Amino acid sequence: MKFKWQNYNAAYLFLSPAMTAIFIFFFLPVLAALVMSFTDFDIYSLGDISRARFVGFSNYIDLFKNPLFWKALGNTGYFVLVGVPLSILISMLAAMALNSKMLRFKPFFRLTFFLPVVTTLVAVAVIWRYIYQARFGLLNYLLSFVGINPVDWLGNPRWAMLALIIMAVWKGFGYNMIIFVAGLQNIPETLYEAARLDGANGWQEFRNVTLPMLAQTTGFITITTLIGYCQFFAEPYVMTDGGPLNSTLSIVLMMYKEGFKFWRMGYSAAIAFILFGIILIITLIQLRIQKHHEI
Amino acid sequence: MVRAHSMEKCCCQSKRNTVSQNSFCKKIKNTDFYLLILLPALILFFNACHSVEKKDHVIDFWAMGVEAQHLGELVTVFEQENPELHVRVQAIPWSAAHEKLLTAYAGNSTPDLCQLGNTWIPEFVILNAIEPLDALLKTSADIDTAQYFSGIWATNEIDGTLYGIPWYVDTRLLFYRKDIFEELGHSTAPTTWDDLFDLSLKIQNEGKTEYAFYLPLNGWHEIVAMAMQNGSTLLKDNNSYGDFDAPEFQNALRFFLKLYEHQLCPLGMNAISNLYQSFADDYFAIYISGPWNLGEFQKRLPEFMQAKWTVAPMPSFAGEYPGISTAGGSSIVMFKNSENKAAAWKLIEFLSRPEIQTRFYQLSGDLPANTSAWNILGLHQNERTEVFFQQLHHVKPTPRIPEWEQIALKIQQHVEAMVYGDITPEEVGSRLNIEVNRLLEKRRWLLERERM
Amino acid sequence: MKFKKSYQKYGLYLLMFLAAVLTLAPFVWMLSASIMPEGGANQFPPRLFPKTPTWEHYQRLFRQMNIVRYFLNSVIVAVSVTFISLLFNSMAGYAFAKYRFPGKNKLFKLLLSAMVIPAQVTMLPLFLMLNRMGLVNTYWGIIIPGMTSIYGIFLIRQYIMSIPDSLIEAARIDGATDFYIYLRLILPLAKPILVTLALFTFMGSWNDFLWPLIVMTGDSMYTLPVALANLMGEHAQDTELMMAGAVITILPVLIVFLAMQKYYIRGIMLGSVKE
Repeated sequence: MKFKWQNYNAAYLFLSPAMTAIFIFFFLPVLAALVMSFTDFDIYSLGDISRARFVGFSNYIDLFKNPLFWKALGNTGYFVLVGVPLSILISMLAAMALNSKMLRFKPFFRLTFFLPVVTTLVAVAVIWRYIYQARFGLLNYLLSFVGINPVDWLGNPRWAMLALIIMAVWKGFGYNMIIFVAGLQNIPETLYEAARLDGANGWQEFRNVTLPMLAQTTGFITITTLIGYCQFFAEPYVMTDGGPLNSTLSIVLMMYKEGFKFWRMGYSAAIAFILFGIILIITLIQLRIQKHHEI
Repeated sequence: MVRAHSMEKCCCQSKRNTVSQNSFCKKIKNTDFYLLILLPALILFFNACHSVEKKDHVIDFWAMGVEAQHLGELVTVFEQENPELHVRVQAIPWSAAHEKLLTAYAGNSTPDLCQLGNTWIPEFVILNAIEPLDALLKTSADIDTAQYFSGIWATNEIDGTLYGIPWYVDTRLLFYRKDIFEELGHSTAPTTWDDLFDLSLKIQNEGKTEYAFYLPLNGWHEIVAMAMQNGSTLLKDNNSYGDFDAPEFQNALRFFLKLYEHQLCPLGMNAISNLYQSFADDYFAIYISGPWNLGEFQKRLPEFMQAKWTVAPMPSFAGEYPGISTAGGSSIVMFKNSENKAAAWKLIEFLSRPEIQTRFYQLSGDLPANTSAWNILGLHQNERTEVFFQQLHHVKPTPRIPEWEQIALKIQQHVEAMVYGDITPEEVGSRLNIEVNRLLEKRRWLLERERM
Repeated sequence: MKFKKSYQKYGLYLLMFLAAVLTLAPFVWMLSASIMPEGGANQFPPRLFPKTPTWEHYQRLFRQMNIVRYFLNSVIVAVSVTFISLLFNSMAGYAFAKYRFPGKNKLFKLLLSAMVIPAQVTMLPLFLMLNRMGLVNTYWGIIIPGMTSIYGIFLIRQYIMSIPDSLIEAARIDGATDFYIYLRLILPLAKPILVTLALFTFMGSWNDFLWPLIVMTGDSMYTLPVALANLMGEHAQDTELMMAGAVITILPVLIVFLAMQKYYIRGIMLGSVKE
């Protein structure tokens, strides 16, 4: 295409609605939040801006001294480190089963596994709150058949986070499963045939053909799942409100509470930017690894 | 797919010949444009339909869940008396109320009137969001201060200025299984915590219920009431520093912990799915709760249970009986932003009338703030409500500062951690002091600034 | 060998069947609990099916809880967001895919890196801003932040890039204008991704919770999920009522999904495999 003014002009016209919206309603608030994170803007300042002070980095310093913040960070880490591998593993297994030539009724299974993905998280959290209920809940009832004593899933700090992880995996694995199915279908059959000719068994086929061929898909899935899991919020908001003992308090939930419950907006903005930093680091590491593999 | 269309279809008849404009507008089917314009127009239309213009004869009144549900009938009466006025009641859920109100304040979309939990009043005072009512009260023929519980009224006064009129009152006391207490030789509930503790051990040892107590760990009223009974003020130095390592607070913590160390309360279950079923199923025998549960217990407990439960005042550690409890309940406040203050005050006066308070109790079960309604209703003859009446004369407000909600939350969280054995009572005290002092830094700065 | 194959096969079926049951169980329980009489869902052992089914909870939702209004709010918001964002994103995606202009790479990189910024960062200032504009507690309060999505722009760009330049050149030689090409050539060709994105946006908007909770300050403007959470605050004890509310919230997205699942699933593949 030639470089002509009218070409630019049309491009800018096409871009302008979306870009205007993004700059005004996304980038501008991000900047405002950044400035806010260096102030003690809070409920006192809402009515009278002279009651806000620039405080430099003290919000950030306070946060690093606040055990609750480390707790939230640790919880989020737990959720991510257990939830993401579990979710990817289950997605991959489900995808391989769906891709198996032995299996019929594939549309049925695919649909079933995908249903939780499209349903409303709030509604799902409401349902699971009752399923996890210690005395009358369905889960404990089922577990009683295998001799497991009732667990107070959402009331016990040891189990509450695990309960949220199980629900989150149940809710989300179908999505990655679909992507894995697509990835699996893109692997040429000839590779498997060649492997079989070399006498590879099922496990070797998986190790030497499936896994390497899925590397790129897995990388994509890992990044998106990681970022999504880092921001988990609605599950604890609806089901536990961060409790018991703050064992399910996530970074975003803490940010939300500080910001929208107590209106300590400066403090809340600082949490948001730390979260941003973490996500950024994860993304960069992941990209580095991926690049390394490609070379 | 791409066919040259005739120039007549051009939608843009611009005579100007700038290249870009011309090329951009050429050859677009009318239908395409209609489609592009139609939907946004539709959205605009929907928006227009719903953004109802605020009229000066409308009173917007926000009330919490159950109260809002029962307001309808009273509002109808009010509107019959004042045909020129219209009241719009909006229900907001308790769980989200605090956030919602602050959001509305931040968003300049506060109503004319609002039901406000009385621990929240200081927050809205300091925000300069609610209207002082002293002048209006002075001229009022309907509201007589003498008819109100003094401890409750006090929660509405900040630094000597009145900001809310109590609507209904609330405090916490013991709900218990009368039948079990009687079987163990107690025709009335113990008056001290130590006696109650002994009785609880007995209940459990004899297998009357699975647990003696149910003390949900998601609240703070119980521990704060116990501390106040011990003479703790919770905060010190004009409420600008925490005072949680003081012996008054520490002793309350130790007693609280003892209940759990002897496994008298179920640990964890802060979400018993159905409280009433559990109470009836002999799961626990003692529960600390407020007046709303009078109605709920009557409604939700099975018939055979009705004679088996009753209420008793808070025990105390020593001396005074009933022991101090927290001053709760809701007041009605008027927002500064209201453009309709005269009409709003009319509604406050209306809702404060003894006969309207009476009707509201009949509808909602909320105990009237106006004591003359208690007489009309014969609540003194009712054994259970009379206990509340006594208790309401032994209530104290929590510290009246905006940070209280956050401090209360911190107390609750640290107490929970203590009960789980993660920290000792001493650590609860020192950690609370550190965190609360940090929280109050802004308050100290503002106090300092005002002094200058 | 033959024996081993069929052994594997039955094992696979058993596993898949179990997994399917586990996946569906919460939904089945939701449905059946929603028609149990009050207290029916709090029994031990839990009942999977109601002894005496009742519609009372649904009736309560419709008569007392204003559920129709919430439903309409959800529909209006979701449809508006979907339409506007599709328009804006596709225009921007097209520009990024097929135009060269100064600053393009920088802008695109900026957008891509902005995808790392969690949306929650913007919420406080955004609320204050929309409030200044008088848009809090209106449909626009939800629509405006949802008007564009960087991810959407990115997906559309990826897709349009696969459309051969020669097609556009040919159209241009025929005298078609930029806008005409976009409307009559690009949009029809990009239909698969557009349908997919429409579905994604619609469902995302329907299921969204946090922002509507913040921006809809008035009861009458709640969307279904906000109304449901609201209900949870007040009626946590009423398991059966809550389940009926969950059914009503979930049902519409489920129907939309079932009707269009082909596009949805194909779309996920498009979005990720084109990576």
